[in-house]
Amino acid sequence: MNFEKVLFGFFIILALTLNFGFVLGEIDNPAHHNAYELFAAIVVNLIATVMKFGDRTHTGALLLATSLVAILQLIAAAVVWGYALNISATGVNPMLMASIVSLAAGAVVANVISVVLLIADAVNLRR
Amino acid sequence: MDKVLFLFLRRMRAPLLVLITAYSISITGLVLIPGIDDQGQPWRMDFFHAFYFVSYMATTIGFGEIPHAFSEGQRMWTVATIYLSVIAWLYAIGKILALVQDPTFRLAVSRQAFDRSIRRLRAPFFIVCGYGDTGSLLVQALLRRRKRVVVIDRDQERINDLALSAMDFRVPGLCADASSAARLESAGLSNPFCQGVVALTNHDQVNLKIAITVKLLNPDLPVICRAESRDTERNMRSFGTDQVINPFAIFGERLALALHSPGHHLLHQWLSSVPGNDLPMPLYPPHGTWILCGFGRFGKAVHAALHREGVTTVIVEEDPERAGCAGECIRGRGTEADTLEEAGVHSAAGIVAGTDRDSNNLSILMTAHELNPKLFMVARQNRDDNGALFEAGHPHLVVRHSEILAETVLAQLTSPLLPRFLAEAQDRDEDWVNELLSRISAVTDERVPAVWSVELNPGTAPAWLERLRQETLSLGQLLTHPVDRDQQIRCVALLVQRAGSGEILLAPSDDTPLEPGDRILFSGQPGAIARLFRVLRNPHVLDFLLTGTDRPQGWLWRRWGSRSA
Repeated sequence: MNFEKVLFGFFIILALTLNFGFVLGEIDNPAHHNAYELFAAIVVNLIATVMKFGDRTHTGALLLATSLVAILQLIAAAVVWGYALNISATGVNPMLMASIVSLAAGAVVANVISVVLLIADAVNLRR
Repeated sequence: MDKVLFLFLRRMRAPLLVLITAYSISITGLVLIPGIDDQGQPWRMDFFHAFYFVSYMATTIGFGEIPHAFSEGQRMWTVATIYLSVIAWLYAIGKILALVQDPTFRLAVSRQAFDRSIRRLRAPFFIVCGYGDTGSLLVQALLRRRKRVVVIDRDQERINDLALSAMDFRVPGLCADASSAARLESAGLSNPFCQGVVALTNHDQVNLKIAITVKLLNPDLPVICRAESRDTERNMRSFGTDQVINPFAIFGERLALALHSPGHHLLHQWLSSVPGNDLPMPLYPPHGTWILCGFGRFGKAVHAALHREGVTTVIVEEDPERAGCAGECIRGRGTEADTLEEAGVHSAAGIVAGTDRDSNNLSILMTAHELNPKLFMVARQNRDDNGALFEAGHPHLVVRHSEILAETVLAQLTSPLLPRFLAEAQDRDEDWVNELLSRISAVTDERVPAVWSVELNPGTAPAWLERLRQETLSLGQLLTHPVDRDQQIRCVALLVQRAGSGEILLAPSDDTPLEPGDRILFSGQPGAIARLFRVLRNPHVLDFLLTGTDRPQGWLWRRWGSRSA
């Protein structure tokens, strides 16, 4: 067992699970979506992205690409939330909440692809 | 993809993870710790404000406590996060600085810059391997002829020299072993703009490896190699190296040519020297006994050439056993009067100071000159920076193998018709050569003429070919001056090669008709090149040249002209 591989897999899967947990619930109901969860998802996704840096294989490049997509979506969601809370006159209304959650849901798809790639890579590894 | 980017990202993994962790810990703490707003109500920072606060605090910008004054708990947490985040930043910046100074990283950066400049090269170029005396001469001469060059050398100092010297074009230089296929590849071996490879390093083995690499990876590319031993030369020729240049053998042949026919030798010198230098003077080496000092590679080549011309030679060699001339030579360096006297310096006609040490060669010259001032003296100069000393010694002929190499390679690369011309000219008699020499000297003003070739194809001569459909045009018409029709452009046509039959006409006369596809070799003033191309390209200039009238050029004026006519 390789501790580095454990850590790598841990962060990639944690990025998906946290992200999924945030998205779960009614799409336009602010009570179903917690800001702490989004923050945790962003941090873990960032860590997962940085861990994928510098891998020159084809799978490595794809993994990095999916992470970058996820990060982009999550940060967009966070920016929308910040806008809703501090700048928008209406505050966090169902419409803005729906767009926040749908952006995060997009990130879930990217994270799923990332996990699938990770598993495919592990399965292909013949010893 | 970019090696530099990957290297950077990989090294930045740890610092970035540290930064992300420090930021997320600080932000989480700030969001969780309760505060009190202006109205005394309990208040908690949201993520936006926490991120804003940490961003300016961690970078030590410090805007103060926003949006409300902090509670004591928040202040305590802030003290902890200041140290955490500032240390994280210091660590990250330190890593970046260390990375930038890392030799591996710098090598990757310079390789990438080199690769980029090769990729951006959108003009025909040559790869020159080895930037020593010969290499730098060749590169300068090529640049002067508006050819682009890429240089590979093993020595970083020489690559630095290349970067420092003032050139018309930027010359990409790579510090690497040129015998490695990967390095040649990155220098543009498979680039469609690559026109040829020149291997000029000091080591025959390296040159051999370059030639093999080029012939295997890009068989159509011409490769020109320097070889100093017969073995390597034969080896290179065996797999189709386009041109193998042995500077010593070339000099031997030239000396033999000068003995045989000074006129041919002069023609050779004029056409193959570096253009713009002073025109070489004719050389009249005497027939008679020659003394050869030094019987190494150079001495052997000169000996063979003199022997072919039927000149008797006396060899002086310090170590006859090693040089392979034991028994038939005089033992000694030739720098002392008694050795030279033993070799018969008083009755000899010429002396060749051909050892591989410049100080010995100079000493031989001075001693020999004292003993017999009438001697014809040939000196071999090994190092470029001794040029002034050799000039002060006034030998009749100084052999610089770097110059011979550069001239020969240049002729091969820039005017492939020239070697053909020189070979054909050897069969002509002395009178023919003298007449041609006087024609060339009439157009050159005491300077070595430029030599260039022109092919009459749609790319280079559209106007000329268009006109050729209607009438036959002759060489004399082409050479008419585009401004003053009574004059001729200051150049001489040396050779015309017919496209179809491959027939060769030497020194064609003015009434020779020119046909599409002909290749013509010219020699003359550098300014004539542009004039010649203007005539070939511009239909109006050509029109004026042939008719002597300035025809109206635009549509309106043409209409006007035809009505009034």
